Amino acid sequence: MPDRAAEANALLSPLDASPPASITDQHRQWMLAQMIASRIYSQRVFNLQRQGRAGTNAPVDGSEALLAGVSLALDPTKDWILPQYRELVGLERFGPDVLDRYVLYALGHPDGGHIPEPTRVFPPQISLATQVPHAVGLAWGMQHQPDETGCVLVFLGDGSSSEGDFYEACNFAGVLDAPVIVVVVNNGWAISTPVASQTRAKNFAEKSHAFGIPGVTVDGTDSVAVFEATAEARSRAVAGAGPTLIEAVTYRLGPHTTADDPTRYVPADEIEAARERDGIVTLRDQLVAEGLWSDDIEIAISTAADARMEAAVQAGEARPVDPDGFFDHVYAELTPRMQRQRQAFWADREGRS
Amino acid sequence: MTDIVADAATDTQVMTMLEAINHTLHAEMEHDQRVIVFGQDVAANGGVFRATEGLQTAFGPARVVDTPLAEAVIAGTSVGLAAAGMIPVPEIQFLGFSYQAFHQIAGQIARLRYRTRSRFGAPITIRSPFGGGVRTPELHSDSLEAQFANIPGLKIVMPASASDAKGLLATAIRDPDPVLFLEPLRGYRMIKDPVPLSEHLVPFGRARTVTSSPDDQVVIVAWSFMVELARRAAEELAAEGIRARVLDLRTLVPLDTNAIVEAVEAIGRVVVVQEAPETNGFASEIIATINDEAFYSLEAPVKRVSGYDAPYPVGSLEDNYVPDVHRIMAAARSTVVAA
Repeated sequence: MPDRAAEANALLSPLDASPPASITDQHRQWMLAQMIASRIYSQRVFNLQRQGRAGTNAPVDGSEALLAGVSLALDPTKDWILPQYRELVGLERFGPDVLDRYVLYALGHPDGGHIPEPTRVFPPQISLATQVPHAVGLAWGMQHQPDETGCVLVFLGDGSSSEGDFYEACNFAGVLDAPVIVVVVNNGWAISTPVASQTRAKNFAEKSHAFGIPGVTVDGTDSVAVFEATAEARSRAVAGAGPTLIEAVTYRLGPHTTADDPTRYVPADEIEAARERDGIVTLRDQLVAEGLWSDDIEIAISTAADARMEAAVQAGEARPVDPDGFFDHVYAELTPRMQRQRQAFWADREGRS
Repeated sequence: MTDIVADAATDTQVMTMLEAINHTLHAEMEHDQRVIVFGQDVAANGGVFRATEGLQTAFGPARVVDTPLAEAVIAGTSVGLAAAGMIPVPEIQFLGFSYQAFHQIAGQIARLRYRTRSRFGAPITIRSPFGGGVRTPELHSDSLEAQFANIPGLKIVMPASASDAKGLLATAIRDPDPVLFLEPLRGYRMIKDPVPLSEHLVPFGRARTVTSSPDDQVVIVAWSFMVELARRAAEELAAEGIRARVLDLRTLVPLDTNAIVEAVEAIGRVVVVQEAPETNGFASEIIATINDEAFYSLEAPVKRVSGYDAPYPVGSLEDNYVPDVHRIMAAARSTVVAA
């Protein structure tokens, strides 16, 4: 009788930091496990909002394969990921703090934006595409540090690629030969706005021509294809050959956020077709056909993911919040004016009791 | 810079504000290898005003970098550079163009420490010239300090002397938080005073009394080039028998409230001068602060001298728009005679 719990834990582990040279059966099992777990994590955060315990959040549905493939192709001890906001449930390879802090973020705790050292992941970014200049700056800074030998990968959406920051940053990345990988997640929708209303470009990869950098379109529901495209871009970046633009074609299987009703604008037949291309479904079918997957292991993974998430939520809800915590971390030290305001805040609080 | 007059006895040199800024950038790049200077035309050309002249020759093309013409990415890359352990000193060529970087400055740089609970600080000094009086094209002259002063997380530094330009710029570059360092176009070459040659750090949040006497009748509060106009107004007022003290705020954030309150308590009559349009300018903040902390020391209503609530005008009209010595003197006189 195989120990399914132990197998599940192994498949949910981060693996060696060094990205593999090629994909084995075990790597495909690992990616499927990560994908299933990330959807569970996302669903749980979504439900917390429905229960009135968490704020507005954006479910991952449809991006799981992309996140698994990207994660495996990067080295969490050398490389950085700058997310938009939908990706934080799928980056467990970069360390448990990413998910734990994302849960805090969804719960409205100020520490949700603090992903501690040494985890090389930025917190969610709400102002769309502003993270692309940050990624280029980080990659530029790494060029100045001899002990930094990795690269920076930044996510943005098809809608965000209409922002000026995307163009300014990709253009400068090209000039700098910056070790950066820009991933445009084309999931079909920017809230209710379809891709056809964002651009006349044939695809998002061809925008790379304007920057003089390589661009590639990859099936974002195919984790192996994502791995290969990311690995190639990473090789180029760390060799000093500069940035790559990757368009990952996915489909947003859920609402934009907890506050959105996609039945108002997503055609029913389109979402049905997309569900058949769901990266979890297609990889699971392949692995089952090859005798590499079973209901038993999937149940064990779900059980482990549920437990892992339950612990994160419990820890998050138990984490104290300072009532005047918004005064902290504005500056390295409070200004005299803020000191006066903080005193007034407490005088007001005490005056109410 | 070769035309600087050295004074060996006091270890100072008389420099223009521009020379002082250039001298300080050299000194700070020498002081800390992590400092990186970048922006439009800052490297080969040494800046359109020569503020960064000689830096690329001295420190190399990796640390003094001409960027594409793209303000948002000039500001935005600073965030990533800081996260990588660098000390970014970007230049926005004119403050009016900061609108094209505003979302990165206000929404990103200013909030980086806050959003990440200090995982990442933003030791970024954004240098930018601003202000009128030199017949520049549209949007080269705007005084936007109050817009930035309404953004928590930024520090706003506006020197009025060459010596302070050095001391405050060095403090800014060594500060752990983001600083908007605003340089008055009209003062770049007109303002000239002795600058200490060795390390010179002026702390933020300490106003400077420019002129004073024990029996001053009015205090003129100003910052940046308006300090120079206030000083000239005070000289001319003295000829009329009106004794005016000039208080240079040096930094708007943090603000030296104590110095303002002390001056109001001692003198009781106040004029605040700003180059920006009247409505919602930083003078309003000064007057509200006086209202909160020194209202009963006032002998007369506080007067405000400012630009008008119109976009900064083209060259043929700008002298009619910008506060001048005459308007400052008129405000001071009316304050002194008020019951």
